[in-house]
Amino acid sequence: MAGMYSEKVMEHFAHPHNVGEMPDANAVGEVGNPKCGDIMRMYLKIENNVVVDAKFMTFGCGAAIATSSMATDLIKGKSIEECLKLTNKAVVEALDGLPPIKVHCSVLAEEAVKAALADYYRRQGIDPEPFVGKIETSCESCSAH
Amino acid sequence: MEDPKPGRPCRSPGISAYCDGKENTPMKLVYLDNAATTPCCPQALAAVNKALDGPCGNPSSHYSVGYEAKQLVDTGRAQVAKALNADPGEIFFTGCGSEADNWAVKGTAFKLAAQGKKHLITSAFEHHAILHSMAMLERIGFEVSYIKPDSEGYIHPEDVEAAIRPDTALISIMMANNEIGTIQPIKELAAVAHAHKIWFHTDAVQAVGAIPVDVKELGVDMLSLSGHKFNAPKGIGALYIRKGISPWNFLDGGGQESRRRAGTENVAGIAAIGAALEAATQDLPARMEHEQKLRDYVIDRVLKNIPQARLNGGRDKRLPGNANISFPGLEGETILLDLDMHGICASTGSACNSDSLDPSHVLLSIGLPEEIGHGSMRFTFGPQNTMQEAEYLCDTLEEIIPRRRAMSCMWLQSEGKARVFSLKGEKQ
Repeated sequence: MAGMYSEKVMEHFAHPHNVGEMPDANAVGEVGNPKCGDIMRMYLKIENNVVVDAKFMTFGCGAAIATSSMATDLIKGKSIEECLKLTNKAVVEALDGLPPIKVHCSVLAEEAVKAALADYYRRQGIDPEPFVGKIETSCESCSAH
Repeated sequence: MEDPKPGRPCRSPGISAYCDGKENTPMKLVYLDNAATTPCCPQALAAVNKALDGPCGNPSSHYSVGYEAKQLVDTGRAQVAKALNADPGEIFFTGCGSEADNWAVKGTAFKLAAQGKKHLITSAFEHHAILHSMAMLERIGFEVSYIKPDSEGYIHPEDVEAAIRPDTALISIMMANNEIGTIQPIKELAAVAHAHKIWFHTDAVQAVGAIPVDVKELGVDMLSLSGHKFNAPKGIGALYIRKGISPWNFLDGGGQESRRRAGTENVAGIAAIGAALEAATQDLPARMEHEQKLRDYVIDRVLKNIPQARLNGGRDKRLPGNANISFPGLEGETILLDLDMHGICASTGSACNSDSLDPSHVLLSIGLPEEIGHGSMRFTFGPQNTMQEAEYLCDTLEEIIPRRRAMSCMWLQSEGKARVFSLKGEKQ
């Protein structure tokens, strides 16, 4: 089973980084659905346009947990603009690859970050769509399989 | 050398701290997936060795080594027939259980289509060998009724009877479900079929070798079985076909298997399936008692110690070695990977690790919500498993389930229960 994943994925699965709830988060996003068996919730603390802290809570497979962990690593300390540029491809590469059937988990991680940033804009009274684009909270990527 | 404790430790250096034990210590595997396949028993291994090492002839050849090979085939057939209370002439060897299922379903449909019979009845939670055979028949014009099990995983004969039509050719209901282990009332179902002069087939792949199976007592017309589920090697199965019934052949060619199934016989496989089934049947009461003891220990302890854990399928009419348990708030692959890192082999109720992302059709058919279906595990015990292994499984689950739930957004941390969804969205 573990054989389908890279060593890096297994590391992040066994010891995920940035896991937990964040009561004082000022941006929260949740994507995915129970039908696919993957739901990610991303918490961000944003100060002076910078993501000073990021945490996640994920229901999903090994890849879902590993991509959540890696995505939070990749955005911590970055500006909002840099975070908006995070792609699922970057998450996959940082994890030394994912099996094709699990690539949708990296898409979900990218969308979770964007959903949290959209929430941040909304809390400022700003329409997020021009910055973040449309977010597929219903896990469109699942239907690709 | 000291016998290694089960499950220690991990081979991957990155995760060694998570497991107990030291690196480079030999890990003893705890194999709790006996419904997937089983290790070869000594009797089967001896039979394989004898067949491969000895007579090299083709059982159809008329000289001494051919006769010797035929002798092994005849012995295997007699052993299987005796275990099922059938005549040797009613046992036809196949390449696997799936082939036996395909043969029974398609061979019957093709044969009886000539009489205008174009309807078949099966259950919604059959193995895919049945479901996909039925789907193939639907694509070429047959009609199929899928009977739903109740929430405990049982098919009711009256539901089957209500689906019968004048053009029904076959009723095929599995004897024991491969995921939740529930045992169906086959004798009653066969009686319903025969009252309407309809052939009855049962996929008994999970039942043969696990519980008593007597084809005369059950009154079935056809029955599928697979050797590797009861400690024979993979690659050998059989279809019992009652005398007087003749579905179309599935594999055409030479005159092997009384002209019913072509192809040179898998002599070693046949010798082994006979030896393994004889051994399993001789030991059956003790074997069932042993497996049930382990199963009940795991079910009782997990349901007691892990909040919201749920047993899937009724407990009474259930395979002695099957425990299928849902852990709400978690996805099954997470548990599977954690168990694998502890040296435990089990299986998820979810098809997440195959090419489908949908939860198990079996769990959905008994009415489980999708997210609970995703978080389900199947533990299946065999004669080689020990109480120490059952205890180790429970110890491990009690460690990993709370740890993973603390990371899950489907688990309401402060309330200690899972979020509940319906088709329309989250229920508050």
